[in-house]
Amino acid sequence: MPKIPETLPGPAGAVPGPAPEGLDARLVVDRGTFRLDVALTAAPGDVVALLGPNGAGKTTALRALAGLAPLTAGHLRLDGAELHRTPPESRPVGVVFQDYLLFPHLTALDNVAFGPRCRGAGKAEARARAAAWLDRMGLAEHAGTRPRHLSGGQAQRVALARALATHPRLLLLDEPLAALDARTRLEVRAQLRRHLAAFEAVAVLVTHDPLDAMVLADRLVVVERGRIVQEGTPSDIARHPRTGYIAQLVGLNLYRGQADGHTVRLDAGPAVSTTEDLSGPAFVAFPPGAVTLYRDRPTGSSARNLWRCAVAGLETHGDQIRAELTGELSLAADLTTVAAAELDLRPGAPVWAAVKATQTHAYPA
Amino acid sequence: MTTGREAPPKARPRSPGRGVPLALLVPALVGLAFLLVPLLALLLRAPWRSLPEQLASPEVWQALRLSLFCATAATALSLVVGVPLAWLLARTDFPGRGLVRALVTLPLVLPPVVGGVALLLALGRNGVVGQWLDAWFGVTLPFTTAGVVLAETFVAMPFLVISVEGTLRAADPRFEEAAATLGASRFTAFRRVTLPLIAPGIAAGAVLAWARALGEFGATITFAGNFPGRTQTMPLAVYLALQNDPAAAIALSLVLLAVSIAVLAGLRDHWMRTV
Repeated sequence: MPKIPETLPGPAGAVPGPAPEGLDARLVVDRGTFRLDVALTAAPGDVVALLGPNGAGKTTALRALAGLAPLTAGHLRLDGAELHRTPPESRPVGVVFQDYLLFPHLTALDNVAFGPRCRGAGKAEARARAAAWLDRMGLAEHAGTRPRHLSGGQAQRVALARALATHPRLLLLDEPLAALDARTRLEVRAQLRRHLAAFEAVAVLVTHDPLDAMVLADRLVVVERGRIVQEGTPSDIARHPRTGYIAQLVGLNLYRGQADGHTVRLDAGPAVSTTEDLSGPAFVAFPPGAVTLYRDRPTGSSARNLWRCAVAGLETHGDQIRAELTGELSLAADLTTVAAAELDLRPGAPVWAAVKATQTHAYPA
Repeated sequence: MTTGREAPPKARPRSPGRGVPLALLVPALVGLAFLLVPLLALLLRAPWRSLPEQLASPEVWQALRLSLFCATAATALSLVVGVPLAWLLARTDFPGRGLVRALVTLPLVLPPVVGGVALLLALGRNGVVGQWLDAWFGVTLPFTTAGVVLAETFVAMPFLVISVEGTLRAADPRFEEAAATLGASRFTAFRRVTLPLIAPGIAAGAVLAWARALGEFGATITFAGNFPGRTQTMPLAVYLALQNDPAAAIALSLVLLAVSIAVLAGLRDHWMRTV
């Protein structure tokens, strides 16, 4: 066999560098009349949300990534390694299932130790690692608890600890907050955000909840009927929806700031009055439909949040018009075509935007 | 009346204790009596005075010991091969699976004597498999205690397989998927996740199989014969005693009845409650 010279003359780009880190996948799964065909790439540290309606193929994509559903075609590379023929138990992938699927006959500790045990750790070592993970999740005192005695939020954290305990290079979360009631959800969402931010490899989560997606993910991939219809940062997608579905789905204005009591001072400028009482870093969100527009500064309005803006752009979605506003605060406002005509909205027109505190939603960042 | 506050018409007590139709009650009671009267007769005609003497005979204890041993061994054998068989039927898809399942349940409906004949033709000294066992290993199974165990396993194992397969189908297969994503091979997932989850179903199936094995008569007497101390289990002893010593037959029957009631009580206490 002729030996290939070590140094080939040629363009520098042809020299193979270190294997590309992160996820590089094209997932094609045929299931009867349904065909999923999505391409996903992500760098280590990225949190990508697959967002879409029920039946769009999000969970199928997740199962394909985990190896639980075979690929019809395409490829799956993780940190440069081909994975699409690797059985699920040999993939460096961790999964948090929608209803967690904690093993009911094992304690929280043994649930978390299960992965390390299967990957070759001794019993004592696996348990020590599991205990450390539970401690990190603030669950040290629940180590001996069986799943049926854990609250929804606790079970979610045990499931996350169990998935992370194998040190996956790809973490998959299927509707991580769907099984929680509204109150727990807020708290768990903030915790999950922190844990995902600290996670050094690729995380992909599936959700149909735009708020979850925007809070948890750096990048959204919107899937409809097995295809990607849009991807980008949450604010990108919220401001420039390309389909009516996305416009409705991510119909939110989202800001980050510092909360002090019932006020959140935004990094982007003004303060927003809210009904929630918070302190420290916080998010404020309100739907574009909650924004009321005025030609002149309103006098009788009870809205505490009033900003002077200018119309930057107008887009029609069905019988709704979405107005992009800039000025004291950049925001999107939805209004009917009739209202838009009455206000004589056109690009560049000055306008006052008001949002009632009760229509905003603030929560810890 | 103009008050407009008339009391609502009292809801007529529309026969809260609606009578059970006689057409159902009578056959039900007949059925119940049919099940209970023979057992009652057994107790009424039991030779209570000579019972201690009857039970003191070494033949009774020999037969009981052999019965308990063989039924337990048959149950263990059924567990070792029956649980994996149930898993195969419930969790994998292979061509002809429906046919395999039908064949597995065949011994449930097959007359046990026919099972005994079939076992003889397969494992007898000149049987399809038995001749090789004899020629190569010098192993003969018919008319031995091992033969009793095999005959009982043949008849009892389908009960276990059906019971475990049903439990497996009801168990959420996604737990096995979760185990796989944590690095568990299919066997590890089965051993550490599925098996503990279906343990109640396995136990219920094992008790069914054990009880069936304990009462086995037809296949045992056909394949293993009726040799006291070696192949004569309790049912065989009862049948033989009935020919020449009815009092002994009744005494033996009472022992089997007591064992059955003890098993039923244990069953209730352990998992009937939790199921």
